[in-house]
Amino acid sequence: MSAILLAGFGGQGILFAGKQLVLAGMKKDKQVSWLPSYGPEMRGGTCNCSVNIDDEPIGSPLVTTPDILIAMNKPSLLKFEGRVAVGGTIVIDSSLIDVETSRNDVTACYIPATKMANEAGFPKLANVIILGYLMKKTGLYDFDYFMECIKASAPKAKPELGELNAKALQMGYDYND
Amino acid sequence: MGEKLLMKGNEAIAEAAIRSGCKLFFGYPITPQTELAEYMAKQMPKRGGLSLQAESEIAAINMVLGAASTGARVITSSSSPGISLKSEGISYIIGSDLPCVIVNVQRGGPGLGGIQPAQSDYNQATKALGHGDGHAIVLAPNSVQEIATLVGEAFDLADIYRMPCMILADGALGQMMEPVDFEAKPAREIPEKDWACCGHGGKRVHNIVNSLYIEPEKLEEIVLERFERYKKLEENEVKYEEYLTEDADIVLVSYGITARIAKTAVRNARKKGIKVGLFRPITLYPFPSKQLNELADKAKCFLSVEMNMGQMVNDIKIAIDCKKKVYHYGRTGGMIPSPEEILAKIEEISGGNA
Amino acid sequence: MIVFDKPHALTDTPFHYCPGCTHGIIHRLVAEVIDELGVEDTTVGIAPVGCSVFAYNYFNCDMIEAPHGRAPAVATGVKRANPDLTVFTYQGDGDLAAIGTAETVHVGARGENLTIIFVNNAIYGMTGGQMAPTTLLGQVSTTSPYGRIKEIQGNPIRVCEMVSTLDGVAYAERVAVDCVQNVRAAKKAIKKGFEMQQQKKGLSIIEVLSTCPTNWGLSPEKSLEWLRENMMAHYPLGVYKDVTKEETK
Repeated sequence: MSAILLAGFGGQGILFAGKQLVLAGMKKDKQVSWLPSYGPEMRGGTCNCSVNIDDEPIGSPLVTTPDILIAMNKPSLLKFEGRVAVGGTIVIDSSLIDVETSRNDVTACYIPATKMANEAGFPKLANVIILGYLMKKTGLYDFDYFMECIKASAPKAKPELGELNAKALQMGYDYND
Repeated sequence: MGEKLLMKGNEAIAEAAIRSGCKLFFGYPITPQTELAEYMAKQMPKRGGLSLQAESEIAAINMVLGAASTGARVITSSSSPGISLKSEGISYIIGSDLPCVIVNVQRGGPGLGGIQPAQSDYNQATKALGHGDGHAIVLAPNSVQEIATLVGEAFDLADIYRMPCMILADGALGQMMEPVDFEAKPAREIPEKDWACCGHGGKRVHNIVNSLYIEPEKLEEIVLERFERYKKLEENEVKYEEYLTEDADIVLVSYGITARIAKTAVRNARKKGIKVGLFRPITLYPFPSKQLNELADKAKCFLSVEMNMGQMVNDIKIAIDCKKKVYHYGRTGGMIPSPEEILAKIEEISGGNA
Repeated sequence: MIVFDKPHALTDTPFHYCPGCTHGIIHRLVAEVIDELGVEDTTVGIAPVGCSVFAYNYFNCDMIEAPHGRAPAVATGVKRANPDLTVFTYQGDGDLAAIGTAETVHVGARGENLTIIFVNNAIYGMTGGQMAPTTLLGQVSTTSPYGRIKEIQGNPIRVCEMVSTLDGVAYAERVAVDCVQNVRAAKKAIKKGFEMQQQKKGLSIIEVLSTCPTNWGLSPEKSLEWLRENMMAHYPLGVYKDVTKEETK
């Protein structure tokens, strides 16, 4: 089972990234849940989202002890790193977070996702780059399978988005730290 | 099996309502139920229905009263402070024997409170949705999937028993996405609405939808008849789920989203060898008293787990005739309890030999 | 030859109104209009809270009793559920212009195809003569025992003038039922309101200046004089809005 917490600023695509993880799980007939932070927070402030992927029915949709934390800004890392399960994984956007995690009982992964996205010309897809990196680091889903899911996630009216997402995902997967 | 969709609870309520033949939605924006109104605004015009944003919660519930009077299936939704505003209209709807569905996606209170999930309107929903001797049916789904079946059931129950039915959800259930399959539920037989005000067509005497009875003898008679229906409801429509209660020393009683968290705690406690079970009322009104009472002959004690300060505790005590002790564990103000906290409470009770 | 008969749209239930009260006349006018338009079969009326709370017993069409002030919202629900129905509300001044002000304004803003019969007698009758939103300055009531004082109780509301500023209002007219001539004019206005609804022009509201001999403490005849001398001065009769005419007052 995986309890995943994704956190960052509003506008970074935190909720979208969480939804992709859930959709991929649903297609595999896993039990899944997605719970966003909501209210005034989502209008420009911090934003986070709880994702559960499991074989058993899901109890709390709220992830309090994540196996995986994806931190896309510093306040999120500082707020949530202490809650990650021992032996868990923290994925950090190192282009926006200038510190390392203080935890030494977890696997810490650093990727300058926002910088990579900006340089590649799709500044809004740092979230997808991180997902690609996450697949490589954790094997949460088979990469080819998740690639298919990401491609399918683009709205029919905008098929070019699917291609861009695929590119970003691949970039994250190929990143060598 | 139909197609599995990934949907927010709020959206699933709206979709299930439309699929149940509901043609009218009247509402007013409030967090955390707004997606429901937005979904209705988008879908109703495409699917032969109407979604109207009223000037207030008060106006919205009275539009529901008017639409329900014509015999149409109608729904409104709000969150805690908005339900307080609707309370006048709900009382009139109860007093006028009108079927409709009212959704409360609860948030923390009292007052403006907060916007995070809560179950602190339990007492309001089950005891006093409005002034006077009366009730609404209260259903508490615990997943987006269960929403899909219970919303249809809510419309059926409302029509069959001629009374409003509340879907009592909370901010977490409303905001979370889960897979949902809108498999058609078996249709129930709905009595003809010969009481409806839709023009007498020269074929009958005029119908009157009314809650005013100036003669106390008459009003008493009307209320007594309504309580006969509540009795039938309790005999025939009580819904609940039991999990590992058969040999349980401690029975957790929990509903809605909290029941899922309690279930995780039960599983974890079992792994530690503590004999715990879960009883989940799905109908909060009528309350599954008889079933709980039977459990009280086997269990050593009960633990209510809610996102409030213990509003269901008295209902459990009454249900079990105070045969056993009833503990409470709750978080309030918008806080969601964790399985670990609940397990700690179970261990505390268990350590004290229940 | 029958020269005078009860309209079909009225039931045989005797009115409970006080002697000299003009609710009876107004009920009859509404019923005559329903008869003349032949719409009783497809009409739903909404009764208010106030003296005319029992209106549901008096009209032969389907009737709904609304919470205090909420008749326009209830009527909206009826009409939106079934747009082919003819729908009217029958409301007093406290119901429409105090507790139900928001509903009144927004039913007009939405331009619902409804007809509101608004009975203004400048007092709360049912509860025993308290100050209404339309009670005149200086007028004595049980809750303005020294006369309504502007600085304390504020000013009376002119409903027709107020709602005629709303784009969804198709027709607004103030009439009175103090004399034969005005009674005939009142019926014409009510009929026009119902017709505007049938033509889906928007909201029609007919304000009827009415008396309350019991709570005014006057004889029926003196009440009519008081209405003419005081109420008409503050609430002038006339058409305030008519979207079918270019020129309005």
